[in-house]
Amino acid sequence: MTRKRIATTSLAGCFGCHMSILDIDERFLALADLVEFDRSPIDDIKHISRRCDIGIIEGGCCNEENVETLREFRRNCNVLIALGDCATMGGIPALRNNIPLEQCLLEAYRDGPSVQNPSGLIPNHPELPLLLDKVYPCHEVVRIEYFLPGCPPSAETIWQALVALLEGRQADLPYELIKYD
Amino acid sequence: MTATSESRSPSVDPTLEEVVETIDRHGNERTSLMHVLRDIQERHRCVSPGAQSLVAEVMGIPRVEVEGFVSFYSFLSEEPWGDIVIRVCDDVPDRMRGFERVLSAFREAVGVEVGRTSADGITLTTTASIGLSDQAPAALVNDVPVTELSTDKVHRIVEALRSHRDPKKLVTLLGDGNNAHPLVRSMVKNNLMHPGPLIFSPVSRGQAIRRATRVSPAEVIRQVKAARLRGRGGAGFPTGMKWEFTRASLGERKFVICNADEGEPGTFKDRVILTERPDRVFSGMTVAGYAIGAQEGIVYLRAEYQYLRAYLEAVLAQRRSDGLLGRDIVGRPGFHFDIRIQMGAGAYVCGEETALIRSCEGRAGEPLNRPPFPAEHGFLGCPTSVNNVETYCCIAKILEEGAAAFNEYGTPESAGTKVLSISGDCLKPGIYEVAFGITLHTMLEMCGAEDARAVQVGGPSGSLVGPTDFHRRICFNDLPTGGSMIVFGPDRDLLSVVYAFAEFFADESCGYCTPCRVGTQLILRYLERLRAGRAEASDIEELRRTARTMKTTSRCGLGSTACNPVLTSMERFPELYAPVDDHPDAYRRSFDLPRAVAEAERLSGRTSRGEHVEQGYHA
Repeated sequence: MTRKRIATTSLAGCFGCHMSILDIDERFLALADLVEFDRSPIDDIKHISRRCDIGIIEGGCCNEENVETLREFRRNCNVLIALGDCATMGGIPALRNNIPLEQCLLEAYRDGPSVQNPSGLIPNHPELPLLLDKVYPCHEVVRIEYFLPGCPPSAETIWQALVALLEGRQADLPYELIKYD
Repeated sequence: MTATSESRSPSVDPTLEEVVETIDRHGNERTSLMHVLRDIQERHRCVSPGAQSLVAEVMGIPRVEVEGFVSFYSFLSEEPWGDIVIRVCDDVPDRMRGFERVLSAFREAVGVEVGRTSADGITLTTTASIGLSDQAPAALVNDVPVTELSTDKVHRIVEALRSHRDPKKLVTLLGDGNNAHPLVRSMVKNNLMHPGPLIFSPVSRGQAIRRATRVSPAEVIRQVKAARLRGRGGAGFPTGMKWEFTRASLGERKFVICNADEGEPGTFKDRVILTERPDRVFSGMTVAGYAIGAQEGIVYLRAEYQYLRAYLEAVLAQRRSDGLLGRDIVGRPGFHFDIRIQMGAGAYVCGEETALIRSCEGRAGEPLNRPPFPAEHGFLGCPTSVNNVETYCCIAKILEEGAAAFNEYGTPESAGTKVLSISGDCLKPGIYEVAFGITLHTMLEMCGAEDARAVQVGGPSGSLVGPTDFHRRICFNDLPTGGSMIVFGPDRDLLSVVYAFAEFFADESCGYCTPCRVGTQLILRYLERLRAGRAEASDIEELRRTARTMKTTSRCGLGSTACNPVLTSMERFPELYAPVDDHPDAYRRSFDLPRAVAEAERLSGRTSRGEHVEQGYHA
């Protein structure tokens, strides 16, 4: 069987979902037999090199670079998985969605009680991607095939879902794996 | 100007003495809270935080509940309004008749934006349906309805207000019928285009009560059942059965409530019934009191109909002095019944019976789970029968002339007549009392709208139907309606109508349950996508799923019907919901990158890498 190609990325996320991928521990060896990694923080490949079977997205879109990346994944992957709550519905970063952008920036860089910023300047380097008006869950920017909830989804959830997808069957995730209360 | 307006109006905070006096006048009970706060609002143009604290303290109500109450009702405000408040009705029939132009004329004439108060104390705001759809565009100036507005008329109104500051003086031409009564003196017209044989027939005062009290309460209920009377508010529950339950429920005190909170956009029938046949309504309530064993009746009158209150109070007083209300009614020892008027304060959801009861109890009108039904556990926990204004008229008529005479009209399942409020694109908008079972075709012919493209039957919570359904009948088991009928002509943009209704529900959702609070917002969002030409097939599908979820999981009738404009228009006018093709790269059409980065571009002074983003690295 040819190995499937996988790419992963973290957008407006905390990398916690990627840590949860690493938590599959020794099963990584089994995974390596099933898949080949393309662009991913795991191997530090910066851009997708050729068409992938599966793209795994952590985090939603908070700036235009996130949009670029997500669209790159969409163009180059057959199937996209939104991994974790930020990718699925914006998560913690989306708490800013009800506050105007300018007010967010002033609070973060000038007015917040713990801010130490004598210049009062708000970072504005050309390299810094422009922020979006709010944080968008991935499916509002591109089509997403699968959603794995959780903050983060457990290693077991990720493993079960991934193996099912690779074997071309429906994931049968027991209740304990997707219950969060 | 400012100085004079300040000298004219008292301060925003009432004194303790004043609050105590107001509360004493209405009675220091929780049920008086609405009237206490309405009085304070009227005198001080707001219920200030200070006023809330005083009321809470004197009445022994947690302050947060007083605050919640004030914020719930749109006719109460924490911030001071001007001594003149202009509420321009923003309802679909008004939008069809030039609401936008009228509103901008008001903005220009008053010199403020919507929601603001001018320096000389005129507040401009918009409001949901005020029950004047047949004479739209309309507005309320304090309590005074002003109708058939044009931009010229708006300028004249504002000019006149600035010179005499008395909304009552705006009425120069009086409306027909009792609108000209000295206690009403309103420019409102009845537009009673087709008075029918039951509701609008002449009243023989006292006859229904005399006939009722000649037989036992059980016999009265039997007659109501024999007439096969069903509730006229829209849901059509058999009235006799409701009364039987209420009669059978245990309780020292029982209540009869008349729901005169018609807030369904496009409905105005109760206004005309209350103007022209109040005796029949009160008579029906009294019969209900006799039948279920209640001594107390409440008319819950929507705030928009405050201008009818003095007149209705006078009718009640007359009935008292004629022995038709009060003790030993019609000389029958032991039959005591009286009616008081409870004002609402601008909340559509209070038309739902449990919300209405909560409002009467001096609480925010949030609906409760049913069961228990009000028949068992209603106002103050007592068995309560809540019926529509028109239903009480039917009761009176059934007692006056017997069940058989009532049954002569209508169909086997829907006996009697229905009062329709017809508005929109027709030659003769107004009130039509018709026998149940007439087709929409017939109705459209009557009102002069043969070329209609669609009719919203039963208001936004009802259904939108098109020509293929015009052969259908107005009755409970075909096309039920509480009375609202909005007609749309051949050139109307129906999607904008659906959107307007969605906005209405998003605004009126009480926010208690998630399906309704969130669902109404999601519906708006999907409809915005659709109107912007950015809705893909999956968006349309999500819209449908959201609407269905609301239907099955909302807590009360508001949520479960708030999705009807979408669901019924999807079914009857699928062409409105044509999706755009999916993006070849499966990007979402609804995501608008230039718009999403516009604010950041403004703040940073940099431009987006937009092009780059669109092309990507591996184009």
